[in-house]
Amino acid sequence: MSTPPNTPLPEEHPIAPYLRMDRMPHIWCPTCGIGTVVKCFATALEETQLDLDKVTIVSGIGCTGRVAGYMNLDAFHTTHGRAIPFATGIKLGRPELEVVVFSGDGDLTGIGGNHFIHAARRNMDLLVILVNNFIYGMTGGQNAPTTPTTARSSTMPFGNFERPFNLPHLAASCGATFVSRWTCLHIRRLTKCIRTALGRKGFRFIEVIAPCSTLYSRLNRLGSGLDLIKFYHDNSEIRHGADTRELEIGYQDSFVCGNFVDEERPTFLDLMNAHYEEVLGDRYVRMPPEGGWIHE
Amino acid sequence: MKADPAGVLTGVHYLDGDFACGEGAMAAGCRFVAGYPITPSTEVVERISRRFPMMGGTFIQMEDELASMAAVTGGVWTGTKCMTVTSGPGFSLMMENIGLAAMMETPCVVVNVQRGGPSTGLPTMVGQGDMMQARWGSHGDYELIALSPQSPQEAFDLTIVAFNLAEVWRVPVMFMMDECVGHMTEKVVIPPSDEIDIVPRVLSDKAPGDYLPYEVNGRPVPEFVRVGDGYRFHTTGLTHDERGYPVMSVECQEDSVHRIINKIRLNANDIVRYDEENVDGADVVVVAYGITARVTRMAIDMARTEGVKVGFLRLIVVWPFPEDRIREIASSTKAFVVPEINYGQMVLEVERCAAGKAPAILVPHGGGGVHDPAVICQAIVEAAK
Ligand SMILES: Cc1ncc(C[n+]2csc(CCOP(=O)(O)OP(=O)(O)O)c2C)c(N)n1
Ligand code: SF4
Ligand SMILES: [Mg+2]
Repeated sequence: MSTPPNTPLPEEHPIAPYLRMDRMPHIWCPTCGIGTVVKCFATALEETQLDLDKVTIVSGIGCTGRVAGYMNLDAFHTTHGRAIPFATGIKLGRPELEVVVFSGDGDLTGIGGNHFIHAARRNMDLLVILVNNFIYGMTGGQNAPTTPTTARSSTMPFGNFERPFNLPHLAASCGATFVSRWTCLHIRRLTKCIRTALGRKGFRFIEVIAPCSTLYSRLNRLGSGLDLIKFYHDNSEIRHGADTRELEIGYQDSFVCGNFVDEERPTFLDLMNAHYEEVLGDRYVRMPPEGGWIHE
Repeated sequence: MKADPAGVLTGVHYLDGDFACGEGAMAAGCRFVAGYPITPSTEVVERISRRFPMMGGTFIQMEDELASMAAVTGGVWTGTKCMTVTSGPGFSLMMENIGLAAMMETPCVVVNVQRGGPSTGLPTMVGQGDMMQARWGSHGDYELIALSPQSPQEAFDLTIVAFNLAEVWRVPVMFMMDECVGHMTEKVVIPPSDEIDIVPRVLSDKAPGDYLPYEVNGRPVPEFVRVGDGYRFHTTGLTHDERGYPVMSVECQEDSVHRIINKIRLNANDIVRYDEENVDGADVVVVAYGITARVTRMAIDMARTEGVKVGFLRLIVVWPFPEDRIREIASSTKAFVVPEINYGQMVLEVERCAAGKAPAILVPHGGGGVHDPAVICQAIVEAAK
């Protein structure tokens, strides 16, 4: 239904309650893709009706790493690459919490790659939302482990000759139980995907392809951020359940989106509790869901 | 409050320093440990991983020490007391997140059972070469607390003190053991839980709307809350204001960083701890810590039989350093003698505080063993001349 011309805009943006409005304006560039991912995340939180007091968000460092700082949740802006182990500490210290890691491609799979693969292997109960803009945005457009071969970055000025990660395949082969890829223009599908993932347990990984309008786009002369968003959206083919080996992304090539893995497997905590219950019986004392806080 | 009996193995035991440290942590209420194996520290987490399942504690062996320190820093915000354990190479990897813990004011304990360095050095043999790294190893300006036990009994007792100091001052506390203390086995008395004082995590009673994570109102440290209790707080390693929001300004840097430094500096006299023996009127005062303090005691006895008036100051809390006391002693003694298993670290502090009033004479040892007491004795006798 279209809005009659003279209706005043609603005072508050619908996702404002999910944001720290006292921190606006945010630092992101116009037409950067990160913002719409935040919008989808907030909408998904609203739709799931989770108790937001029990949802916490952890980011590393980078443009995407600033997301934690804008969400109206318990929020931790940590060190470069260490969001996943920091989040692991929170999850194990207070198992009842839903812990979300929101960070960039460089942060989570470059400097933080070791933590990524091990958290997936352990099926640590974390939802990891990774914004892949194919570059190190915050530091000025340097090469990332995700930069497509031949794409230019500020440290590969003659084009990247390395082979990038295929992130859904990396996550799936390390043991992630939920693996998806969308672009930041798949608003409805991405929102639904995040909502679904919030209802699952285990290491859940969502890669979101998004433009870095200021650096990646400019260095590669790919037009405005909006041009690039549209390019990604229009050149992505949805293939749910696709073989993750086939999800490599070539430079300005078409690529596959969808939900690839959605399995149920016991999480680290499930395994730990079941194991100790089996071998120790009544002697096993579980950490209470609300954590190991010892008080009077 | 008194210790939770679940973590206290009351009795008289024969334990090595690593096990005693683990017992101290459990008695102190530590219920989350993340670590990565490294000699000569691993026995601490081996002990803990055997006993934790029976007391509601969780141990996780992380993929590396970067992860261990990050997990501990995150875990603390759940209200759970947390610790990690390592030795030199792992200590180096932890440094960035030790800085994060200092910046976020996250109380935790980092155990370093020191071995010979640099680099892989002497994995199974003693060193005391990380004393300056404990204080200065992470980038930027901050203060923290470090302790050094001289025996398995102290490894137990002082681990509890380390947890308590961490809570009071909201800092990461470095527990600077050494391989000798870690691996020596001695009698360790663990008292009943109702004789062990622990500082619990005290949470703010403010309502969520009234709470600011870094508001101090004239106190040295801000009030704490837990993640998951509805406060919707934000914290960051960036320079931040009372709301925990990043503020990139000279003023905010001055307010926030100067405060986390001053909470320790201005209260150092409440935090420092040392043992003193015959210091007043001594011609020579020996300053030592950890295993070297044990060796020094024999050297002092030898020097006394040669007629030298020797005093002894044993550092227990090494950081903050007991500046005022060293300054005082410097004006009454002829010289300080500082034996340590490195080529001169804490001796620099003694020298700084003595400020030229008395020389500070280093008795170095490169690591892999302890000093020959005769060498320390000789330095004492020379210094007395
Ligand atoms: C230990 C460390 N090394 C390097 C940096 C500098 N740094 C900050 S953000 C960043 C890259 C972030 O890239 P990405 O995770 O892709 O985030 P984006 O900005 O693209 O969203 C780097 C290298 C740092 N902060 N810490
Ligand atoms: S530099 Fe790139 S990633 Fe960072 S805010 Fe700007 S457009 Fe977004
Ligand atoms: Mg990036």
